[in-house]
Amino acid sequence: MAPAIQAENLVKTFGDVRALDGVSLDVPEGTVLGLLGPNGAGKTTTVRILTTLLRPDSGHAVVAGVDVLKHPNRVRSLIGLSGQYAAVDEYLTGRENLQMVGELYQMSVRDAKARARELLEWFNLGEAADRIAKTYSGGMRRRLDLAAALVVRPPVMFLDEPTTGLDPRNRLGLWEVIETLVEQGTTLLLTTQYLEEADRLAHDIAVVDHGKVIARGTADQLKAQIGGERVEVVVHDRDLIATAVEALKVYAVGETSVERNTRRITVPVTGGAKVLADVIRELDGRDIEIDDIGLRRPTLDDVFLSLTGHATAAGTENGDGTENGDGAPPADRRGHGHGHGHGDGHGHGEGHGADRDKAAAAGTGTEA
Amino acid sequence: MTTSTATDHAIGGAVPRQRHGIAAMLHDSWVVAKRNLRRMTRIPEIVVFGLMQPVMFVLLFSYVMGGAIQIPMAGASSSIYTQFLMAGIFAQTVTFAVAGASAGIAEDMTKGLVDRFRSLPMTRSAVLVGRTLADLVQTAFTLLVLALVALAVGWRIHNGIPRMLAAFALLLLLGYAFSWIGALIGLSVRSPEAATSAGLIWLFPLTFISNAFVPISSMPHWLQPIAYWNPFSATVQACRNLFGNQIGPVDSSWPMQHAIVVSIGWSLVILAVFSWLSVRKYRSAAG
Repeated sequence: MAPAIQAENLVKTFGDVRALDGVSLDVPEGTVLGLLGPNGAGKTTTVRILTTLLRPDSGHAVVAGVDVLKHPNRVRSLIGLSGQYAAVDEYLTGRENLQMVGELYQMSVRDAKARARELLEWFNLGEAADRIAKTYSGGMRRRLDLAAALVVRPPVMFLDEPTTGLDPRNRLGLWEVIETLVEQGTTLLLTTQYLEEADRLAHDIAVVDHGKVIARGTADQLKAQIGGERVEVVVHDRDLIATAVEALKVYAVGETSVERNTRRITVPVTGGAKVLADVIRELDGRDIEIDDIGLRRPTLDDVFLSLTGHATAAGTENGDGTENGDGAPPADRRGHGHGHGHGDGHGHGEGHGADRDKAAAAGTGTEA
Repeated sequence: MTTSTATDHAIGGAVPRQRHGIAAMLHDSWVVAKRNLRRMTRIPEIVVFGLMQPVMFVLLFSYVMGGAIQIPMAGASSSIYTQFLMAGIFAQTVTFAVAGASAGIAEDMTKGLVDRFRSLPMTRSAVLVGRTLADLVQTAFTLLVLALVALAVGWRIHNGIPRMLAAFALLLLLGYAFSWIGALIGLSVRSPEAATSAGLIWLFPLTFISNAFVPISSMPHWLQPIAYWNPFSATVQACRNLFGNQIGPVDSSWPMQHAIVVSIGWSLVILAVFSWLSVRKYRSAAG
């Protein structure tokens, strides 16, 4: 089966900045590809090219079987795009917005009206349908924007950071909608800075950095690439750190590391939860008081860090194409990346610069 | 979100009807114009403030400056000046439509709406045509109200309704042409605030170095040719002729002697050049 989205060697430069440096992608029909990368990596530029908003300097792209460069208008009637910011007219009502989009998709007025009604119901905007969008909350606007992208039931959808800036409840709501669409057979290209989002929604992930796809695979494949679980212990008494390290040596399958000022010991292990229980018993047997302990599995954050040497960052790419390669230092970026619901009670924003990988891994681990 | 009603939302939508060429352009422009007209009813402040400026000018110029400005063959008198002034105020008002188009389009750019439009299977130029057509409607409304205010302060027409309508047609044509200048500015600056200033700032010299408020013969000699050939002056002169507001003989310069033709000519040239530039810019916008 031919891929629903296919890009070959896309190159785009803005002035001196090589925003895309040969991006190739393919998304099989009915699947979701997550395009993952930090600010300015080239995610938005890729989406803009595939949705006909931007012409590449070189390269080739086919969407839903139609050549993007040769027949942009035919592509436009087969795709839906929902961008980083909710592109709705604030002074039109929700209904008017959707109706306008329908009419511009060349539907008859009657069809556009009917479709708008349907979508408003589906997106729980029925009650707000006749209020101007300016009165909507951020989540409602985003839903309206996504609804606008669905007016013609496009077989191929592009969602550019669909949940950036949304609260967890609204994010979850959008995820559910997206999952429904995919169940019904929509092919989706999704860009995100949230590893969790890619993990949940995408069948396949392409990691982009500096205008290149640097890794490709399922979330599990990518995680397997860097492997390794570890037990993290925070001991109560600083003086007992050495004793604890000694006691845990037997469980370590690699080098144990210690952060003295946080009293954190990280031990690479294999064997999962059982090892965790053993470690607790071991430390308890030696009267070493534990403030915190957990089994960490690698997250996509770790994958990203080990692939790119820097963490992901929250924020928005510049829509006008002046994406800059890599501005903020990694330590700063990590602080942002962690704000987003990894269910981690520790909240490690601190960057002990010397040992970035570990610090980041600790911050995003899964509680055992 | 209720997913129970979500069946059949994704695939196999209605096949959109195919329109081509002019029909497609007109349809899409109308949809966009409808959108912009709706916006105006939702933000009446824009229309109201758009009216206040020219109304204030009418009152200030008539009552404050009118008595001091010498009109050849008529002397200085505020009631005569009002007759002289109105064509100038009308023309200034239609050209200020530039600011509406530039700010509106810049806002659509920054809010991502232009990206939405550009990702839809619609005629490229329709976003701009729709915007400028909606501005034209607003301009017509402003002119109507302004004309009523002018009648109230003593302005009169002397050549009959058809010629008056012809004058308003010339004004609207000029305003429509100028709103395309606004479109280009809006596409170029990308911040609504900058667009408002950039849309207005050059209009002051343009409208003042003309016959709108004072007779050109009162200007320094080196400035006079500029004022005579100013597209703005031609329309003002044409309107004065059509309204029957010309006091004394018309200036002997060629553009003033052929004001109607020059006015139409300028408007069409501006329209052609700036609509071409704007549509070209729009196609590559944000790219």
